[in-house]
Order: sequence, then C-alpha cells, then structure tokens
Amino acid sequence: MGLVLGGLLLPLTAQDGNQILRKIDRNMSADSRIIESTMIVHGKRNDRTITSKSHTMGTGKAFTEYLSPARERGTKMLKLEKEMWVYSPATDRTIMISGHMLRQSVMGSDLSYEDMMDDRRYEDIYDARVTGSEQVDGRTCHLLSLTAKVDDAAYPSQKMWVDSERLIPLRAELYAKSGQMLKQITAGDVKQVEGRWFPMHMTYKDVLKEGKGTEWIINTISFNQSIPANVFSKASLRK
Amino acid sequence: MLIIRTAFKNIIGAGRATRLNIAVLSFVLVIMTAYNGMLDGWIAESRRDTIDWDAGWSQLWHPNYDKYDIFTLPDAHGKIPIQIDNALQAGMATPVLVIQASVYPQGRMLNIQLKGIDPEQQILKIPSLSLHSAGGETPVVIGKRMAATTNLKKGDRVMLRWRDRNGVFDAREVQVAAIFETTVGSADAGQMWIALDDLYAMTDMQGEATYIVMQRESPVSADTGGWHFKDNDFLQTDNRILEQSSRAESVIIFTILLTLALLAVYDTQTLSIFRRQKEIGTYVALGMTPRGVTTLFTIEGTTYSLFAAFFGAIWGAPLLYWFTKTGLPMPEAYGDIGMAVGDAMYPVYKLTTVATTLLVVIFFSALVSYLPARKIAQQNMVLALKGKIN
Repeated sequence: MGLVLGGLLLPLTAQDGNQILRKIDRNMSADSRIIESTMIVHGKRNDRTITSKSHTMGTGKAFTEYLSPARERGTKMLKLEKEMWVYSPATDRTIMISGHMLRQSVMGSDLSYEDMMDDRRYEDIYDARVTGSEQVDGRTCHLLSLTAKVDDAAYPSQKMWVDSERLIPLRAELYAKSGQMLKQITAGDVKQVEGRWFPMHMTYKDVLKEGKGTEWIINTISFNQSIPANVFSKASLRK
Repeated sequence: MLIIRTAFKNIIGAGRATRLNIAVLSFVLVIMTAYNGMLDGWIAESRRDTIDWDAGWSQLWHPNYDKYDIFTLPDAHGKIPIQIDNALQAGMATPVLVIQASVYPQGRMLNIQLKGIDPEQQILKIPSLSLHSAGGETPVVIGKRMAATTNLKKGDRVMLRWRDRNGVFDAREVQVAAIFETTVGSADAGQMWIALDDLYAMTDMQGEATYIVMQRESPVSADTGGWHFKDNDFLQTDNRILEQSSRAESVIIFTILLTLALLAVYDTQTLSIFRRQKEIGTYVALGMTPRGVTTLFTIEGTTYSLFAAFFGAIWGAPLLYWFTKTGLPMPEAYGDIGMAVGDAMYPVYKLTTVATTLLVVIFFSALVSYLPARKIAQQNMVLALKGKIN
C-alpha cells in the first residue's frame, strides 16, 4: 500500500518540481534585460569592486560594458550564441574567448566565462523533483532536486531552495557527475521589479577554492526593453 | 722554407709583443671552444631529452590537434587509426589523450593539461608504471616543476575537476603516485599524467587519443588514417629555433673577442713594419722580392695564431676536460621557462666546431697581418733601405 502510494506521489512531486522550474524561468528570464550591476570579488588580500552595464536578448545574445574601476573601464564583452569576444581598450584589441580561456575566471571572480555562456532556461536542462521544504533566511522554501535531462548540462545535478511564495531560488548547490559539490549560489534582497520577483544580490562561490566568493549586486534592472540590434554586433565592441 | 724559418726567428725575437699576441689569441680560442662546446652539449642534451620525455622520435597528430594552439585541444581527440595497430601492439607507438582540467591545491585553482598514457608504455621516460591503480585511488604522476607550482608531494591528494566529452563537469581526488625530474618543461609544467584507461572512464572517450608517440623503429612514416605524421625534425622545432638563436649569439661573442685579439695582431704588425723599415730594405737589397717581404710579414702574423693554438691546447685542454666533468651549474629558472636544461650544462667538443674556430682565427690572423704588410710591395726599396717607408 505504501509502495503504491509512493509511486503515485513521486510523479506528482516531479510534476510539481518541473512546474516550479517553469515559474522560476518565467521570473528570471525575459525577452530582454538591461542590468547595471556591481560585482565584488573577494580576494585573499583585498576585495575588488567592478561595475558594469549589460544588455541581454533571450539566452543567446549578451553585451556587457565595464564602467569601473578605471583599469577595467571600457572593457566590453559580447556573447553571440556559442561564441564570445572581449574587447580591451588598453590594447585596443578584440579577442575571441574559446578553449581553455573559457575556463578562466571573469575579472578574477568565481565565475568563469563558460559559466556566463551557459544561461539556458532551467526547464530546458533539468527535471526537478520536490524533495522537501526548508527555511532559508526566514523564508519557507521548496527543496528541489534537479537532474539533467540533456547530455551537455555543465552540472548534472543541482539542489535548489526555492522561495515557495515568490518562486525565486534563494540557494543552489551545483554538483559534478561524481556527486562532488562544485559551486554554491545564494540569493537575497528579493524585490519586485516590473511585476516579478527578482533577487538583487547573489553570491557565487567555487567551493573547491578558498575564499568568500563573488558577490553580484544588481543596482538597476529593466525587462523587455527594446534593444537596438546593432548592440549585439562586433562593431559595438570598439565604440 | 727560408721565409718560414726567418718568420719564426723574427717572432721569437719580438719577445713581449709575441707573448701578448699569443696569449690573447689563445684566450679567444679556448673561450670560444668552451662556449661552443657548451652550446653543442646543451643542444645534444635537449634534443635527446625531448625525444626521451616528450616527443618520442615521431608522432601522429589528430587532424584537429596543434601543439602550438591550445584552442584546438577541446576538439583534438578521436579514435586511434587501426592502421597503426601493429605498431601499438609491438610497443613501437603509444597513444596520449590530452584534455583540459583544473586542480585545486591548497584551495587555489590551476588550469592544467591532463594527459592520459598507457602505464605499460616504454617509449617515454614518464614513470607511467606508477599509474597502475591501487586501493581504489586514482594515481597521477607529475614533474618537479608542477610539484613546485602546486606544492604537492608524493602521496598527496588533490581535487581534480574536468569535463567529459559532453562538457559535463566531474571532479574527484587524485593521488600523486610519483614525481619525476626532467629537463623538458613541455612534459612537466602545467601537466598531470594519468593512466589512459582512467582518463577514458572519466571522459567517456574510449579508444581515443590526441596524438600517438612513436619510436624510431616505428614503420609509420606518413599521414595515416587522416592523422598527420610529424617527423623528428618537426618535433625538434623549438630546440632548433633556440639553437639558431644561440648560434647567432655565439657568432656575435666570437666576433667581438676575435676583433679585440686581431686588433693586437694588427697593431703589432703595423708597428713592426714601421720599426723594421731598414730591415725590409735590407731583405730587398739581399735579393728578396717585395712580395716575398710581404709574405714574410704575413707569415709572422699568421704564426701567432698557430702558436696560440699550441699554447691554448697546453693550458686550455686540461681546463676544458675538467669542464666536461663538472659542467656549468644552471639556475633552475632556465628550466622553468621551458628550456630543456639540466642542473648543469656539460660541454661536448665537436671536432668540426673546434676546427672551424681554429681555421677562422688563423684566416683572420693572416688577413690582418697581410693588410698592413701589403704596402711594402708598393714601396720604393731604396727609400726603404734608408728607413723612409711612408
């Protein structure tokens, strides 16, 4: 009787999980986004603060310009589908980021270029199952277990704590195929922006590395704005 | 014969000037023999070590692989061509699979190349036998440079992260089974060696390789199964470029030293002709042709280099021999920048190099002796007899 009941419950939780993923995607993704953000990279000796402005269109196109510090000011990154270019004003050169360079960290942060490249929707990559309920920062969360349903998901499994009311992930743990935890993401300062909940503060931590990780603070964000097509062109890197 | 005997007597009679010229020329000869010997020794060693540790005698590269372009690495792997099965089974070839990975020693992240190799191979000197798994551990071997960079010792465990053929992250702890010492930085720096079967299991790339290392005896000598054949000449490109650059340096140093030495010979000759005007006139008065006198002075100058070779051999040979035993200690930094250099550089004296150095010294000694002497033939010998050569 218990087995039968369990068998009936399992598809329900999986279905719930996938529904939650869909809602998360609806909250987090948009046709286009314009974000001004601050990235604080906590190093061993000191912290670095980098501000930038990003334009994204769907999951395939992104253009970021770094505004400060002076050393990084004018550095621009363009992502078009599977390709990425970086323009450095110091050398006045545009280089394509590929191969081992994709594994390098962005501006010394806990994020690699390939982390930034892979921004497909959760529901396209994972099957989710609700495995419980826990409190995170005083909020009741669904605990989701995500398992990749595609062969090329960078992280084959994830554990995700999703705010049950606002449907925003407040914490995620990203695992390797062996089950070794690789990254931890925490989110906070959830605000309602243009009718949707969005975390304005996130911390990325490569758990294999020492350190406090990298904070990403969104200063301003707007969704579904019209962005001229020429922003996502290589010519805009040198403008 | 008379001219040679006279020239010999004259330079013996010249005393201090002769000793000075011989000392300077012998110094140049010994120094250049030592320098070129060092260069030849280093080149021979680096070529040998490159074959032993990194390149083998020849290689077959996957069509997408380019050793000099790391961007090719993610796509540079494929099934080993069946045409080389016999060479593989005979132990004359061994496959190497290369992927990119990261290690996390002491909480730091380092990007590395993870190289899979057959533990039983005997072509490269990598201590691959240590890669046989024991007690559920995944063993890796690293070079001394990599051990220094990662601060790892034999027996230490370190977290390794990589991506499989689909780009999926995986990570596990590996154990350092051995640390090898090689002069070849390209087999060591930023690299970890792992058993090929372990790497196959980790990446789901069974039966694949990035390149095949082959012995001299391997029958493969051309592109095979779409893979590109690279001969020893190509694989020694780095060494050849370094050799060319070092040879150019050697020529510059030799030119400077020889110029300084020849200045002394030239100066001696010019002064000698000025001082010995009456002697020159007397030679002509006694029947020697002006050309004969020029030849006499040229032989005198050239004889300095022959004496220099003789005395250089007397004091230089024991020194150069001692040098072959002790070598020249090299700072570790040379190895760190990728040059195949051992703890010490041992010279190898090649007969051709020594003979070339000697012939160049003799030729230019003769030339700088002839240049001031040639005007003797153009002089009025009556004036010469009076000591009035201009």
